[in-house]
Amino acid sequence: MAELEAVIGLEVHAQLLTRSKMFCGCRAEYLGLPPNSNTCPTCLGLPGALPVINGRAVEMTIQTALALGCRIPEFSKFDRKNYFYPDLPKGYQISQYDLPLSLGGHLEFEVDGERRSCGITRVHLEEDAGTLHHAGEIHTAKFSLVDLNRAGVPLMEIVGEPDLRSPKEAPQYLRALRQLLLHLGVNDGNMEQGSLRCDANISLRPRGQREFGVKVEVKNMNSFRSLEAALEFEVRRQSAVIESGGTVRQETRGWSEAEQATVSQRSKEEAQDYRYFPEPDLPPLQVSRELVERLRAGLPEPPLRLRDRLRDQHQLAEEQAALITERPQDAAYFEAMVAAGAPPRSAANWQLGPLQALCKDAKLDIERSPVPAVELAGLVRMVEAGEVSGTTGREVLVEAFATSRSPVDLIRERGLIQVSDAAQMEAWVGEAIRQLPKAASDFQSGNDRALGPLVGAVRKASGGVANPDLASRLLRERLGRGGG
Amino acid sequence: MVGADRGDGAGGLDLALVAHLSRLARLGLTDAEMEAILPQLRAILAAVDRLQEADVSGVDATAQIGGLYDVMRDDQVEPGLTAGEALANAPSHEAGLLRVPAIQ
Amino acid sequence: MSLLDLSISELGRRLRAREFSSVELAEEALGRVEALDGKLGAFLRTTPELALEQARAADRRLADEADPPALCGIPIGHKDVLCTRGVETTAGSRILEGFRPPYDATVVARLARDGAVVVGKMNCDEFAMGSSNENSAFQPTVNPWDAERVPGGSSGGSAAAVAARLSVATLGTDTGGSVRLPASFCGVVGVKPSYGRVSRYGVIAFASSLDQVGPLAKTVEDAQLVLSSIAGPDRRDSTTSPAPVGDLAGALQEGVRGLRLGIPREYLAAGLEDGVKAVFDSACRWLEAEGAELVEVSLPSTEYALAAYYVIAPAEVSSNLARMDGIRFGPGEPQAPSLLEAYELARNRGFGPEVRRRVALGTFVLSSGYYDAYYLRAQKVRTLVARDFSRVFDGVDALISPTAPTPAFRLGERTHDPLAMYATDALTLPANLAGISGLSVPAGFASGLPVGVQVLGPYLGEAMCLRVGAAVERSADVWRRVPAGFDG
Ligand SMILES: [Mg+2]
Ligand SMILES: [Zn+2]
Repeated sequence: MAELEAVIGLEVHAQLLTRSKMFCGCRAEYLGLPPNSNTCPTCLGLPGALPVINGRAVEMTIQTALALGCRIPEFSKFDRKNYFYPDLPKGYQISQYDLPLSLGGHLEFEVDGERRSCGITRVHLEEDAGTLHHAGEIHTAKFSLVDLNRAGVPLMEIVGEPDLRSPKEAPQYLRALRQLLLHLGVNDGNMEQGSLRCDANISLRPRGQREFGVKVEVKNMNSFRSLEAALEFEVRRQSAVIESGGTVRQETRGWSEAEQATVSQRSKEEAQDYRYFPEPDLPPLQVSRELVERLRAGLPEPPLRLRDRLRDQHQLAEEQAALITERPQDAAYFEAMVAAGAPPRSAANWQLGPLQALCKDAKLDIERSPVPAVELAGLVRMVEAGEVSGTTGREVLVEAFATSRSPVDLIRERGLIQVSDAAQMEAWVGEAIRQLPKAASDFQSGNDRALGPLVGAVRKASGGVANPDLASRLLRERLGRGGG
Repeated sequence: MVGADRGDGAGGLDLALVAHLSRLARLGLTDAEMEAILPQLRAILAAVDRLQEADVSGVDATAQIGGLYDVMRDDQVEPGLTAGEALANAPSHEAGLLRVPAIQ
Repeated sequence: MSLLDLSISELGRRLRAREFSSVELAEEALGRVEALDGKLGAFLRTTPELALEQARAADRRLADEADPPALCGIPIGHKDVLCTRGVETTAGSRILEGFRPPYDATVVARLARDGAVVVGKMNCDEFAMGSSNENSAFQPTVNPWDAERVPGGSSGGSAAAVAARLSVATLGTDTGGSVRLPASFCGVVGVKPSYGRVSRYGVIAFASSLDQVGPLAKTVEDAQLVLSSIAGPDRRDSTTSPAPVGDLAGALQEGVRGLRLGIPREYLAAGLEDGVKAVFDSACRWLEAEGAELVEVSLPSTEYALAAYYVIAPAEVSSNLARMDGIRFGPGEPQAPSLLEAYELARNRGFGPEVRRRVALGTFVLSSGYYDAYYLRAQKVRTLVARDFSRVFDGVDALISPTAPTPAFRLGERTHDPLAMYATDALTLPANLAGISGLSVPAGFASGLPVGVQVLGPYLGEAMCLRVGAAVERSADVWRRVPAGFDG
């Protein structure tokens, strides 16, 4: 039998970062609110209530579509997708069927350093459902509880072409898409909390065959890792079916994190017929060319191009450039530091290292960092100029972060500027050797590890301001190991 | 009479299809109710089949009257209902959540 | 003689002159309902506390304001498909029993803004599906002129209450004729505004692309006053027209001299009862005598309109009623062993036979394999129907016809024949498909039963309908006639 090849396409749902919901004035931000406290007659699906389109959500969708190279047809409309489920208050979802806001684009992404491209079928706009809670597993729970705070949040659906050929391409595609959404500022990229969700269609076929095999839809993957693991599981499962002479059943399966397996979603097997028809409560959209051009003009630099530019312009390492451009606010912070005169590679190291750690601990976005880019740039410049040691710099950053003070001011106030004056340094070196005669003689006789305590003693004698590099050079010279 | 994509029309409506419709629309029709509704639906569809005689070649569909486009609102938050108001009409709720029987 | 025999402008004059107060007027209306509605069944419930509270506020406005709105202090009733905050609103269906909306429909809010006094909620066919009011889950309404006969539907309670002087005016909804038909059967004026002229926000939807709220009242002027209050753009209903409503009152005095009025040949073709034909013919003679030119016109797609309507309306209703799932409102079936059974039990017990029929039919015409042959084709026929109207309105100012082929029919006469029932709306529903304006005005009687004349105007042509309707009303001179038994 010919070797089997996977054919994978992803459908991504991204909640839009609007202020209000898709069709009503309730808040789009619903996390942490008491249940059912963020509803109105419209999103609660009360009799008589009507939807009104959120213009900002339409703009965000068009912007995303443009960033993906999609075409924006002049005519678009909303349709009703009819089905019953307790999280769907109206018994239909307002979505887009045959005339979506956009069609036909592509997304560039990388796998093992190689660039790939995946077709985008369409980007359309719809509304999110509410959330369900069960005591235990959904199919064994005696009852379920419904919270409609999320119902009606704007949801953008990005349908990818079945252009992916292995499970490991899928998370890379999704990472690139997530990065794009973050740079556009239309989605927060949070997969655990479900503001970014991914379903996958996967089929197998003998390599070289053109026709697709039987497609299985996989749901419930809420991390890049589980996406890849679920697809790998499906490749193994479907291969086994085919190789034993069976045929794969067309179905929807859910990824179970606990079992590390996909499980058939039996209840969804009932033949679905969504009976789409044009939403009579909403007039159609005629997307003006002026709006499209205005939105196109406002697009940010594509993340991959930004990464290459920063890498080449500032001689960053590949990995560094990738990390610094993962989110737009990171790139903005970095570019602001460089603009303020910080040497780029050090700026990147300080940002990705100590600053990011502090932000993470404080659960603060870098945009809200108490040490702004200009201030961190000042600190980095002093370290690079040898005016303050790296160690002192990091200590000062911690304090500056905690107190929202300028690190440069802190250094000045405390007299922490490193002393490199030869005569002063010689005096402190002499003092250190007097205090630690054993270490001095050990070092003299070849024990390198004795140098550390001696440098420490010099720093202590100086009250912390002695330049440690200069101290160790002078110690070596004084103790007769200057050439080594 | 009906030709476009299935070619059976009112005559194609049988008990199995009525059962399917009843399930899709969650009407819960009993066997007796399905027996009773079938001839009524057939009679209506036979009358509705009149549509097939109309010459609609080259005619656009009208989904809505008024010729409106691009009716949108600003992205502004407006006050809605309290949780109490949202649940006030619900036949069953618990701890602020709507309660529904087992989904299975 | 009752105060409720008076027109709105007469009542307004006397309220302003302090001959009686709004509270007294509301008490008289409530008293009449109490005394007389037992034999009519027009009200599903009265709202005495709300009415008296609103009447007291109206009295304060009448005392304080230099120029209070025309409707200030006037008793009205709302068809029970209109959401009224805190007041049970059922749309005539068991599935909504006990539902108290937490919000007001826009039309309800606008009438309240203008000082109208709500005396109750009017009976109707379940979810406005019917032409006789016999599909109400709670009670039939009977025709005030003949208790053996139907009031017409689906706004039958609204029409009967006005005819019997239990309310000065009411709101109904017209999806295929549901304001005009009961207006004709009960001998009152009913207006179906153009689609988008009046907000549907808070109107429990039957068929979203066809529904319009319209007034029922004793006179064309009364209907105009209510329409002027409720009409106009609403940011909560994206399908409302942004066009300004303009001065509708002025149209009433203009007369019909110089107007070209079309009589659609197809509307007179079949099934017109002689008595109806006779009343219509005399209306034509009056209009000619007043200086209008009558011409025969043709609306050739009329023969397909009924079929298109009975695809489009059920399709939309099958989706609109999906929210009636017993989870957020309604009695529901929370103790059912499974969600599926809860849905099916709630909807099976909650929906009457006509609703089930239409939901099944609508589900069918939208389902895969049938969509193109039924739903899509019906939408194309709808285009033909609309084109017919816009073509004839190039040559005439308005169309006139009987509102219905017959006067009110007997209770039970058509309940077992859905097709016969549907045919009742043959002359009214094309206007809904085309979204144009229309009204029915009483023009006379046939064998003691009222007969209405329908006036159809172009899209947003409400003023033209009122103008022609007022001329018919002046010549017919029947509006002060009160059905026997309600004239005390
Ligand atoms: Mg979707
Ligand atoms: Zn809402």
